[in-house]
Amino acid sequence: MSRTPLDTVEHAAATPDVELPWAELGLKKDEYERVVEILGRRPTGAELAMYSVMWSEHCSYKSSKVHLRQFGEKAPESDAMLVGIGENAGVVDVGQGYAVTFKVESHNHPSYVEPYQGAATGVGGIVRDIIAMGARPVAVVDPLRFGAADHPDTKRVLPGVVAGIGGYGNCLGLPNIGGEVVFDACYQGNPLVNAGAIGVMRHEDIHLAKASGAGNKVVLYGARTGGDGIGGASILASETFDDAKPSKRPAVQVGDPFQEKLLIECTLEAFREKLVVGIQDLGAAGLSCATSELASNGSGGMRVTLDDVPLRDSTLSPEEILMSESQERMCAVVEPEKVDRFLEICEKWDVIATVIGEVTDGDRLEIFWHGGKIVDVDPRTVAHEGPVYERPYARPEWQDALQADDANKLPRPQTSEELKDQVLKLVASPNQASKKWITSQYDHFVQGNTVLAQPEDSGMIRVDEETGLGVAIATDGNGRYAKLDPYTGAQLALAEAYRNVATTGAKPLAVSDCLNFGSPEDPAVMWQFAEAVRGLADGCLQLGTPVTGGNVSLYNQTGEAAIHPTPVVAVLGVIDDVARRTPVAFQEEGQLLYLLGDTREEFGGSAWSQVIHDHLGGLPPAVDLERERLLGEILISASRDGMIDSAHDLSDGGLIQAVVESALLGGKGARLVVPDGLDAFTFLLSESAGRAVVAVPRSEELRFNDMCGARGLPATRIGVVDGDAVAVQGEFSLSLAELREAHEATIPALLA
Amino acid sequence: MTARIGVVTFPGSLDDRDTQRAIRLAGAEPVALWHKDKDLKQVDAVVLCGGFSYGDYLRAGAIARFSPVMESLIEQAKAGLPVLGICNGFQILTEAHLLPGAMLGNDHLHFICRDQKLRVENAETSWTSDYRAGQEIHIPLKNMDGRYVADQYTLDKLEAEGRVAFRYLDFNPNGSLNDIAGITNEAGNVVGLMPHPEHAVEPLIGTGRTDGLPFFTSILKKLVNA
Repeated sequence: MSRTPLDTVEHAAATPDVELPWAELGLKKDEYERVVEILGRRPTGAELAMYSVMWSEHCSYKSSKVHLRQFGEKAPESDAMLVGIGENAGVVDVGQGYAVTFKVESHNHPSYVEPYQGAATGVGGIVRDIIAMGARPVAVVDPLRFGAADHPDTKRVLPGVVAGIGGYGNCLGLPNIGGEVVFDACYQGNPLVNAGAIGVMRHEDIHLAKASGAGNKVVLYGARTGGDGIGGASILASETFDDAKPSKRPAVQVGDPFQEKLLIECTLEAFREKLVVGIQDLGAAGLSCATSELASNGSGGMRVTLDDVPLRDSTLSPEEILMSESQERMCAVVEPEKVDRFLEICEKWDVIATVIGEVTDGDRLEIFWHGGKIVDVDPRTVAHEGPVYERPYARPEWQDALQADDANKLPRPQTSEELKDQVLKLVASPNQASKKWITSQYDHFVQGNTVLAQPEDSGMIRVDEETGLGVAIATDGNGRYAKLDPYTGAQLALAEAYRNVATTGAKPLAVSDCLNFGSPEDPAVMWQFAEAVRGLADGCLQLGTPVTGGNVSLYNQTGEAAIHPTPVVAVLGVIDDVARRTPVAFQEEGQLLYLLGDTREEFGGSAWSQVIHDHLGGLPPAVDLERERLLGEILISASRDGMIDSAHDLSDGGLIQAVVESALLGGKGARLVVPDGLDAFTFLLSESAGRAVVAVPRSEELRFNDMCGARGLPATRIGVVDGDAVAVQGEFSLSLAELREAHEATIPALLA
Repeated sequence: MTARIGVVTFPGSLDDRDTQRAIRLAGAEPVALWHKDKDLKQVDAVVLCGGFSYGDYLRAGAIARFSPVMESLIEQAKAGLPVLGICNGFQILTEAHLLPGAMLGNDHLHFICRDQKLRVENAETSWTSDYRAGQEIHIPLKNMDGRYVADQYTLDKLEAEGRVAFRYLDFNPNGSLNDIAGITNEAGNVVGLMPHPEHAVEPLIGTGRTDGLPFFTSILKKLVNA
C-alpha cells in the first residue's frame, strides 16, 4: 500500500503542477492565482485550506469592505470608544471605571439548514467574542426573521431556532433581554438568525487578540477538535442556497453549552490572575483564523505543532483540523512562566488545555504536522490582505415603480366600525402580536441583574449593585422600509433602536450592526448594501453614536430572490441609576398620555399596508435625526427627573399598537382623543418616526409641558390612563380582554 | 452574630452568585463551596442553586449527586443541616434521595420562564417560617425539567403529612402532579422547589417583587435564634 507523501512546503515547491481543489473550497480562479503569487509557489493543501476559509466572504468581508470603511471615516467624535472596529467586539466606556463590549452577528445559513444547532452555535459564537475581549457576558439578545408565519417551513425553522437559542443561552446562564421576531415571505428559505451579546469588565481588563513576545506559548483550550463545521464559513455562509447541491448539514457545527459555560468561568479566572497576553476565540474558520489573526495582530510570528491539537476524531487530516469549526474552543497566548498556572485553572474547570505552539521573533506563521512544515505564510496575507472587490452596483430599475406605488393612496377605513376591525386585525397580526410564546422559552432572570427585558423597548441590565449603573440595548431593523429606500431604511433602523434605548431612560452611546443582504454579485443588492451602509454611517455621525463593530451576512437569497435588505442595528446606552428606568406598562390610572413628535400621513412600508392590503410600496417614513436626538434628550431628562411613569416608542403599527401594548402590560386601559388637525386613521396608524407616547402623573404635567415647550418638542395631550378598555373618543372601544385575546393567541395558534 | 450559608458551585451551576447575593441581602454571610471539595467549611446551612450541573447530562442532577461535596452534604442533611434546593438543586436533592419523587421534562416540552404564582402550604420548615401558611406569592420560574412526579403512595404521604411546601396557583407550568412546586422532608430541614426565590429579592430586578426574600430571612432567624 502506498501512501501519498505529506504535502509539505518543500513538497509543494517541488511539485508545482499538482492540481489543488481550490474551486471546491470556494476560491475563485483569480483568488487562487493571487495565493500562488503571494507564496511564490503553489500552496500546500493546508495553506490552501487556510486561505480558502479566511478569504471567504464571511471572514474577509471582501465585497463589503470598501463600503464598511465609511464607519471609520465618518465616525463621530466620541469619548466613549475604547476599542473600535476590527477586534472581536467593540468596547465602550460606560463610566465608573466600567467598560462594556457588545456585538451582533448572523448565523443565518446554518439556522436554515439545522435550526436548533445553527441558532445555538450562533449564541455560542457571539458569547466567545465577548469573553475574548476580557468581559463577563451579562446578556444576550436575538433579532430573528422568518418566512410568512403561516408557511409550513416556518413551523419547521422557528421552533428549532427558538429552542436552540434557549437551549444554549439558558444553559450558559445568560439572560435573554431583547431582540425581535419578524415574519415576512421574503425570508422564506432565508431566515435571519442574528445573535447579540453584551459583556461587562473593568477598563484595565480589556484583552486583545494579538500574539506578542517571542517565546510566549500558544494554548488551545476547550473542546476537542472534530470534523464538524468544516468549511462553514466558506461553503455555507458565502454562497447562495441551491436545491441541486447536496445537503450542507455536515457543515453546521454542533454546540455544547455546558462546555462553553466552563470555558467562560475558566477564562475569566485566568483573566483575573492576569495570565493572558492575547486571546482569540475559535469561530468561523477555526484554527486558521485564530492562528493567523493572533500572529498578524502581534509583533512576531508563530510556530504551531498541529499534532498537539486534541482531536475528537483521530483520522482528521491537517487540512480538516485547520478548517474545523468545532465549537467551544479558545486560543490564548501565555507567558512561559505562567503556563503552569493557566493549565491548572483549566484543570480545575475540567477544560482540556494544550500548548500547541509559541510566538517567534520572525514574521511567519509556520505550522508543522508529523515533523514536516505544512504551512509557511505571512499571516497578514491570510488574515488581513485578502481580496477586496469593488463590486458593481446599480439602483435597480424597479425602484422607481416601487416608490411610485404610493401606500398613502390605498383605500382607508370608511367607518369607525371598519377602523376598529382593522385595529383588531393589526394587533393580532403575527408581526404585531405578542411574542410571549417565544420569549418565555428564554431565561430573563438569571444573574439577578435584569431590570428590563422584552417586551420592553430596550433590555436593561444593572452593572453595579452599589451605584445602580446600568446599560440598555435595543435592536431594530425594518426590511420593508429598507426595500423602499435602503438609505432611509438603515437610518430608520438606527433611529428606532436609538429611540428605544432613550425611551427606557438610557443615553445612547454606540452602535453595532448586522447587515443582512442578498447576493453581492447582483448589482441591485450591492446598491442596497452600499446605500444602507452610507445611510447608517451618516446617521451615526449625526447622532454621535460610533459603530463599534458588527457583521455582514450576504448571499441571503434562494435562486434569484433576495431577502429585503435588512440592516439590523443595535444601540447600546447607559443609565446612571437603573432605579430611574422607564417601563412600557401603564402604571397608574389618571395619568395623562402625551404624544411626543409630529404625526404625518406616512403609510409606506407600514404594518397597516402589509396586514390590510398586503402591499409594499411608496416611501418609508421620513427621518429627522435631529428630532430623534431631541426626543431622546427629553425622554432621558423626564426619566431622570421623575416626570413620566411609562413610555413607549412608536414604530410599526403606529400609536394604537403602542397604547395597546402599554395597556395590556399594565392591565390598565386608556381613553384617547383624536387631536385637532389629525384624522383618527392617521392618528392611530401612521408610522411617522421620531415619536413616543408617555404617561405623565398629573402633578408633573406643568413641569413636563414646560420642558417640551422650552426645548421645542411637540407634545400633544391625547388622553388618559383609565378603565379596562382602549377607547378612542367618537370612534370605538376595545376591551382589554378582547385585545388580550387577539394579541396573545396568534403566535401559539400558529406555532405551538 | 450572623449565620454562614454555603452555596455549592458545580460545573454548570448558574445561579450561585445570585444566591450568594440573596443571602447577603437577607443579612447572612454567603460561603462559596466547591463541588470537588468535601469540606463544607462548617457552614450553618447550604443552598444548592439552579443551573445545569454537569450539563444536565444523563438526567438533571444525576451526576451532581455523586460529587464529593454531596457525600458530606447528604450525611449532614440527614443529621439536621438545613438544605435548600432550588430548581437544579431540587433535582439534585431528589436524585440524592434527600427528598422523595423525581422531576421529568415539562409536559409541553419547552423551556418555560415566567413569573409564577404559588401558595405557601407549609410555613413551618427551616426555610419558610417567615411566610404565613396559605400566603400567595409570585416567584420566577425557569426550567426545562420541572414536572414533579412520585408514586401515589408517596404523594398521599406528602399530602397527609403537610410536606407539600409550595403549590402552583392559577397555572400549572409543567404538569407537576398535585400542582406541586416544592416539598420538604419530614424534619423540615431539607426543602426543594422549582421556582427561584433568589430572583425575587430586590424591588427593581426581575419581576420587581421581593416575595423570595423570606426564604433567606427564615433560615437566618432560625440559625441566629438557635
